[in-house]
Amino acid sequence: MTIPVLPNDYAAYPDASGRFGDYGGRYVPETLMPLVHELEAAYRAAKADPAFQAELSGFLKHYVGRPSPLYFAERLTDHFGGAKIYFKREELNHTGSHKINNCMGQILLARRMGKTRIIAETGAGQHGVASATVCARFGLPCIVYMGAVDVERQKPNVFRMNLLGAQVEAVTSGSATLKDAMNEALRDWVTNVHDTYYMIGTAAGMHPYPEMVRDFQSVIGQETRAQILEIEGRLPDAIVACVGGGSNAIGIFHPFLNDEGVKLYGIEAAGEGMESGRHAAAINGGQPGVLHGNMTYLLQDAAGQITEAHSISAGLDYPGIGPEHSWLHDVGRAKYLTATDAESLDAFKLCAELEGILPAIETAHALARLSDVAKEVGKGGIVVVNMSGRGDKDVATVAAHLGRSI
Amino acid sequence: MTKARIEARFAALKAEDRAAFVTYVMAGDPDYATSLEIVKGLPGAGADVIEIGFPFSDPMAEGPPIQRAALRALDKGMTLARTLELVAEFRQGDQTTPIIMMGYANPLVRWGYDAFARDAAAAGVDGLIAVDIPPEEAEPLADALDAADLSLIRLATPTSDDERLKIVVRRTSGFVYYVSVAGVTGVKEADAELVAPNVARVRVASGLPVAVGFGIKTPERAAAIARVADGVVVGSVLVDEVAAALAVNESVTVRVLSKVESLAKAISTARAHPVSA
Repeated sequence: MTIPVLPNDYAAYPDASGRFGDYGGRYVPETLMPLVHELEAAYRAAKADPAFQAELSGFLKHYVGRPSPLYFAERLTDHFGGAKIYFKREELNHTGSHKINNCMGQILLARRMGKTRIIAETGAGQHGVASATVCARFGLPCIVYMGAVDVERQKPNVFRMNLLGAQVEAVTSGSATLKDAMNEALRDWVTNVHDTYYMIGTAAGMHPYPEMVRDFQSVIGQETRAQILEIEGRLPDAIVACVGGGSNAIGIFHPFLNDEGVKLYGIEAAGEGMESGRHAAAINGGQPGVLHGNMTYLLQDAAGQITEAHSISAGLDYPGIGPEHSWLHDVGRAKYLTATDAESLDAFKLCAELEGILPAIETAHALARLSDVAKEVGKGGIVVVNMSGRGDKDVATVAAHLGRSI
Repeated sequence: MTKARIEARFAALKAEDRAAFVTYVMAGDPDYATSLEIVKGLPGAGADVIEIGFPFSDPMAEGPPIQRAALRALDKGMTLARTLELVAEFRQGDQTTPIIMMGYANPLVRWGYDAFARDAAAAGVDGLIAVDIPPEEAEPLADALDAADLSLIRLATPTSDDERLKIVVRRTSGFVYYVSVAGVTGVKEADAELVAPNVARVRVASGLPVAVGFGIKTPERAAAIARVADGVVVGSVLVDEVAAALAVNESVTVRVLSKVESLAKAISTARAHPVSA
């Protein structure tokens, strides 16, 4: 891998071929290439169309509940004794996470393209629930591919999707988790090319998805920017977000990329510990390669076989990461740290006890590095954490790890 | 040899008015020794061109049969490096049957395109199909293969319109693989009547022979495709024979090769004994 020349404008990527430096691209079977080009053209047109943007803004305001608050987490701030900590409250969105921002954008695009059947993949079920929700709202059939292992460990979300009218397909191939769900969704798309829209849930996959999902999620960072300027009269010193595929992180990072005084921290899942080999940290523990349509950091062996990710969080349990994060890592604009299962559980409990907020176990990974970042930034500084999802879905998992039955 | 070996084989078959029988098997399925024995037996059983799959953990365009074959091979430790060893062993006894490797990008990316092309040519490989490297991403790979005189075999599909075909056939050689159905391998069945005009279209666009694959399961279907295409590719039903033989503890090699023989007979006699529709 060659390190790209440091760019003047971090926000100007991807290039016309869908690349962020060496990362990204369109590595898909030929059958899908015409569809990928069609999607890109349709997205370009929608992005430039004020009517599309107005329709999206309307639904984000009245259906999703935007803008989400920027909340000063006073007790956590006192507890760490460092910088002031703010939460960007994405967990207050309809369906309980940032995932709905992207789904709302994509469902409006799918309707505009005349597609009549929606497919999606899901890990923890948050993107599946958000997809099922927008499909119900617009009366389109929704098929959600979910690894059989995840179906078992996220039963409430499976039932929630069923209540919303979606069909959940349990995927038993491979490791029966998120990466296999994505394989199966791609197999569906390549088979049903004429009527089907593939609603990818994270800022990964083939171009234009990393760019499009980032754009739909950038509402998080745009609001954060306006809110912190209003509250504090200046930009934050650091932003922290958890990273699986990385859509919540890139959504809050992107509007700040050219503000080099704002440090950006993505937190990957270290599972049982980086040294254990059982983790889901693509940047910290992987090498560049090609999977699911894009060149990016991947967990893989020396022969190029994808290895299984391990995390307490089903939403971070993926062997890759969005290509823009890979690039931001290589050029040094963002730093990627890790948090273990145990550290995340501790952070989950701390946040519940001090702030009265149950964070998603994914989000708890970001909270787990917060004390380090807050201390590094120091008193008088400002740190914003993306509270990307709520933890109601995780109480059974947390109870099991605490050795408690509910 | 390399590119020349593919061209010579298709030219010879054209002179005989016979479609090429292209057989796909997965390297290392069910293990290295057995798959080598199968590959060695393929020409004698009637295969004209051999496609050798190198396994990948996440084969997004494959149906269940080839997914399972890849997992069986990976479980036995199969790698891209071992696949080249297998080809080299085969080449010691066969200098004329073209070998096309087929698989996914990541093992190639890890190896490095230039090193792979050089090592593959040295092992006796003639061409490569990289399922998830479309023309938009293929320039560095095409450069590497050209330097080693290997063919880049491209896939044309039912979604390839005339404009797209122009892009698809750029920098391709040997033959074009027409994917007869929109879908994954080994699920939908190919329809010869729908395939015929598309084969003609791809032939004109590329100036190359056109082999048809995906969804050819029976000798009857293979014969029907052999009447309209320059080659017939069969894969999923062969790897299914591996699974079936393992399930009942029969000889994998015997079962696979007898399946090849029955398909080869249908393909080689298809044009001599046309069946009215």
